[in-house]
Amino acid sequence: MTDRSTPSAAHPPELGVVKLLIAKPEFGPLVLLVLMIVVFTAINPAFASITNIGNALTFTVELGLIALAMTLLMTAGEFDLSVGSVFGFAPVMMWAFFNGGVLSLPLSFIVALLIALAIGLVSGLFVTRLGIPSFLVTLGMLLVVRGSALWLTSGFPQRTWDAHDQWLSNVLVGDFYIGGLRVYMSLIWFILLAVICHYLLTRTRFGNWIQATGGNPGAARNRGVPTQRVKVILFMVSAAMAAFAGIISSIRVSAANPNSGTGYELEVIAMVVIGGTVLTGGRGTIVGTVLGVLILRLMRNGIVLIGVPGLAYNIFIGAIILGMMALHAGLERRHNTGT
Amino acid sequence: MTDTPLVEMRQIEKYYGRVHALRDVNLTIRKGEIVGLLGDNGAGKSTLIKVLSGAVPYTSGEIRIKGEPRMMTSTNDAIDAGIETIYQDSALVPMLSIARNLFLGRELTKGPGFLGRLDQDRMNAVAADLLRRVGISKNIPPTTPIGSLSGGERQAVAIARAMYFDSDLIILDEPTNNLGVAETQGVLRFVREARDTGHSCIFIAHNIHHVFQVVDRMVVMRRGTVVADDLRPATSSIQDVEDVITGEHLAL
Repeated sequence: MTDRSTPSAAHPPELGVVKLLIAKPEFGPLVLLVLMIVVFTAINPAFASITNIGNALTFTVELGLIALAMTLLMTAGEFDLSVGSVFGFAPVMMWAFFNGGVLSLPLSFIVALLIALAIGLVSGLFVTRLGIPSFLVTLGMLLVVRGSALWLTSGFPQRTWDAHDQWLSNVLVGDFYIGGLRVYMSLIWFILLAVICHYLLTRTRFGNWIQATGGNPGAARNRGVPTQRVKVILFMVSAAMAAFAGIISSIRVSAANPNSGTGYELEVIAMVVIGGTVLTGGRGTIVGTVLGVLILRLMRNGIVLIGVPGLAYNIFIGAIILGMMALHAGLERRHNTGT
Repeated sequence: MTDTPLVEMRQIEKYYGRVHALRDVNLTIRKGEIVGLLGDNGAGKSTLIKVLSGAVPYTSGEIRIKGEPRMMTSTNDAIDAGIETIYQDSALVPMLSIARNLFLGRELTKGPGFLGRLDQDRMNAVAADLLRRVGISKNIPPTTPIGSLSGGERQAVAIARAMYFDSDLIILDEPTNNLGVAETQGVLRFVREARDTGHSCIFIAHNIHHVFQVVDRMVVMRRGTVVADDLRPATSSIQDVEDVITGEHLAL
């Protein structure tokens, strides 16, 4: 106990709490989120209605799932541009197996995830063994995977409406009501995985290795941390998560379109960096990413509700990214000079 | 037993492609001895240290730890053999806390092993105790990120880590670079403390004055080979050692 009390004695406590809060990377996105909700609700009270929130949350999770895995990967100092392609490719494979009568639905689900893990493994090995920057490796993988999806299906969507009497699809995207709020299973998955990822990153040995791998790879290696294995595992997790999200999406919209997920990689990276995770690695926050996911989704939803043309959406997103980066950079500089 | 040297490197040869970086290097470190490793840029100091810490493979030769031949193929081999290397820039992760850095790669866990849950309370307690023991004068909580410590405090944390994990040999690569006068004295004090508690040290520095204050013996390298391995601060002057480093003594 004495250890705890001595440090706070060094700083005046009332200053310390505020300073601590501002220094947290999640502080900026939290303020922005609260501000957005207040402004949107003030202009159009329907924004805060339970149906609207419920709907917004449903569509949040598919990108959000990918963002969780991307947060871990970016904390380790790498990123993955191929997630959008895997998002489209994995469900196409799954439904092709199932509709062709080759495999049962659970088996084709597992096979699709295994294919995604293999894609992640290849990206990871290219980055770690050959030392090629992840930007180039995953850009190549983006094209390969998207091309495969288009070529294998001749560009036609796979039907998924046979799924609705299957237990697996209920587990993945079924819904139930809590009071008046319609809750989709996918939201439960997102919350569950967010908690797991947060715990993994902040409370486990592997999380410590992830942060060390991104923070100072040389030091991590000298301490015997298997940095290459950490990165390969995270590439596999990110691909598997993209596949999982894509499959959920394909059941929800009743079609596995080989083109779906195009451009998602950038939106996901935007969510992660808005949340306060550093693009260069070392510092990552799942809480921030969840906030980033909510910010982008509620922004898309809110600007439509308040009457801004939907096409202007990207202007706001871009402005938020720039503003957030400026804020993080400013805080970082102040933090460094302050100590 | 006591006569067996802690580390013996015999006829170590290292080629980087066609560059002959180490030529027939023999180096012996005894227990509880601080050895200064000196040499001009490109003399092969860093290569020798990297070989000993398992960071680069050597072409031929033999390394014995406590009399037993050991293969050094990775940094983990060296850590297992009780050799801790503290590099200038790559010893610590700035974003992680002091406690997490101390235990990086050897984290204390609780609960089922496969989950790898960190035992943060125990890690913080040990870290706080250790910081007190190595005499970091200011009250720094063990949850402070390394990034907000000064250069000297960082070196202290790195040395404390090596001492805690009972490394037999601590290799310090330029530990006093970029440090102020008071901090340099602090680091030198840690090095002496490490010796007094039974650790051996290899101390690499460009500043011969710092080396003279702390080492028992100096080894000088030039052009990939050891040219002197028994210079002692008691019997040699700084000028003598500088002459050996630059090769002036041959010209005379």
